[in-house]
Amino acid sequence: MTGAQIAAAARRQTTVIPRRRRGEAASAWGFAGLMYGAVGLAFLGLAAIIWDFAGDGASVLSWDFVTSFPSRVIPENAGIESAVVGTIYLMLICAALVVPIGVMTAVYLEEYADGTRWYNRVIEVNIQNLAGVPSVVYGILGLAFIVRGPLSMGPVLLAGGITLALLVLPVVVIVAREAIRAVPPSIREASLALGATQWQTIWKQVLPGSVAGIATGVILALSRAIGETAPLLVVGAGVSLRFNPDGLDSSFTALPIQIFAWTQDPNQEFVARAAGAICVLMIILLLMNSVAIWLRNRYEQKW
Amino acid sequence: MAEPRLAAASGAQGGRVDLTRTPTRRSRFEAGVRAALMAAAAVSVLTTLLIVGSLVFETIDFLGEVPIGDYLFGTKWTPQFAGDQQSFGVLPLIWGTVYLSLIALVVAIPLGLLSAIYLSEYAPSRVRKVVKPVLEVLAGVPTIVFGYFALTFFSPEVLNGVFGLGVGVFNGLGAGLIMGLLVLPTIASVAEDAMSAVPASLREGAFGLGASKLQVSLRIVFPAALSGIVAALILGASRAIGETVLVLVAGGQTPNLGLDPTESFQTMAAFIAAQARGDIPAGSIEYLTIFAVGFTLFVLTLLLNLVSIRLVRKYRQVYE
Repeated sequence: MTGAQIAAAARRQTTVIPRRRRGEAASAWGFAGLMYGAVGLAFLGLAAIIWDFAGDGASVLSWDFVTSFPSRVIPENAGIESAVVGTIYLMLICAALVVPIGVMTAVYLEEYADGTRWYNRVIEVNIQNLAGVPSVVYGILGLAFIVRGPLSMGPVLLAGGITLALLVLPVVVIVAREAIRAVPPSIREASLALGATQWQTIWKQVLPGSVAGIATGVILALSRAIGETAPLLVVGAGVSLRFNPDGLDSSFTALPIQIFAWTQDPNQEFVARAAGAICVLMIILLLMNSVAIWLRNRYEQKW
Repeated sequence: MAEPRLAAASGAQGGRVDLTRTPTRRSRFEAGVRAALMAAAAVSVLTTLLIVGSLVFETIDFLGEVPIGDYLFGTKWTPQFAGDQQSFGVLPLIWGTVYLSLIALVVAIPLGLLSAIYLSEYAPSRVRKVVKPVLEVLAGVPTIVFGYFALTFFSPEVLNGVFGLGVGVFNGLGAGLIMGLLVLPTIASVAEDAMSAVPASLREGAFGLGASKLQVSLRIVFPAALSGIVAALILGASRAIGETVLVLVAGGQTPNLGLDPTESFQTMAAFIAAQARGDIPAGSIEYLTIFAVGFTLFVLTLLLNLVSIRLVRKYRQVYE
């Protein structure tokens, strides 16, 4: 083949390829359009949700709104104090229960459990399954065992807190396990080689090394807990209570419950109160998430 | 450290040495810690047992009063009525659950998978850093807020206002579509994890053979991540099936076996929440319905979860 022939062949090649590529380019553009459309719709949905409740709720928001009790009669006076206090108490009870149990479970599964034993596999699969159980089913558990049945507490604050703690326990375990797994084995080996026992290694090396990840996970789990409505409805949280809970055995309400009750009200002015309460709930969630992100960035260990 | 007790059992008998360690204070403490941690891990197993226990016993009581055939195959769900009018056929609730979930998935599957492909294969890292947190925020919005949105804006302003569909205040279409938005981030993030886990060498191999970006994404990465993607879809479906408040607020509370999505529907989860709110005496048939329906819902989601866990385990491609 002469140089001219090669050049001609190359030219033929270059004239063939673009034609095929043109069809490809069209489908590539089409696909890119679909992808941008999908992400755009998700963005649009979120923006519309925020715009909707912020627009409806802005006129309601005031310090008085946060510090007055709900009213069933006069919408202008109806506030959310008992709901905010209830939500904060629920969060504290939930944290007090779920942090020790969740972290201990995670430590056990990561540091002690022999994965080939059947009972350890049962625990592991069980946690994965629990994470997929609908939240309303946890409400049924709370209703049957905590509110009535064996514990018979009645629809009180502690019952709500325990139910929410059980609900987010799998989330805490899964996140804490990941954080613990991120501590490299060399740290453990060095500690053990210096004569530390297994627990000393965990307490002095592994847990401090993973505390940022664990704390982030706990905060995210708690923010899921305080946004839950269904289990609290089933457990029997009160609506429009005109008092704050004064103990673990007190009746309680919570922000999502109050929001739910107000959305059910035929009076549109009460529905606007629901939007105001959503604003407060979202501000609380935003604060918690900011703390979580800050914790992650500030204290995350790089190995 | 614990010294091995060198208890030479009488040298005359072959000098056998007992090497067991005597428990020291320290080793006893370590064993105690281990036991405490195991006890904590048992809490989650106990939770499952309690869930199953609470559901099973009351459901057995329920089936003592309502024949199982009438429950599973009956087409009228009217537990609130008295006498002859009372009927416990769960099919309308199951249908409501499945139908609304299908509407949700029709929205969430294409949008979620396209978002996942975009994030995993196309998005520059700067865009990813914006898009992923936005999806996480969307996933973190409480479901009651989605319900409020569907009730006060999406159904009246978008479905009726823009599209003129004439939907009722409570309707399956609005609840289902917004449920799709709710499930979207779940599907997107799990599917994206699965696609990101496909090793770069597979992509590079395909590019080296002259494949285009689109071909690599759809014919190499997508099939390679298929088990994770299917798991994502199942997870999304199980979230949709278990969703309660959104349906309660925006979907209405009418058991419905029909196909018209502009009407009101009730799902199993929404029924449970609505029924448990009313102060009903323990042990009454109305009280027992909560558990029977809860058991049905639990079994359905459990099956989906088990399938998804298995799929991920069994068909997960292990890459070096």
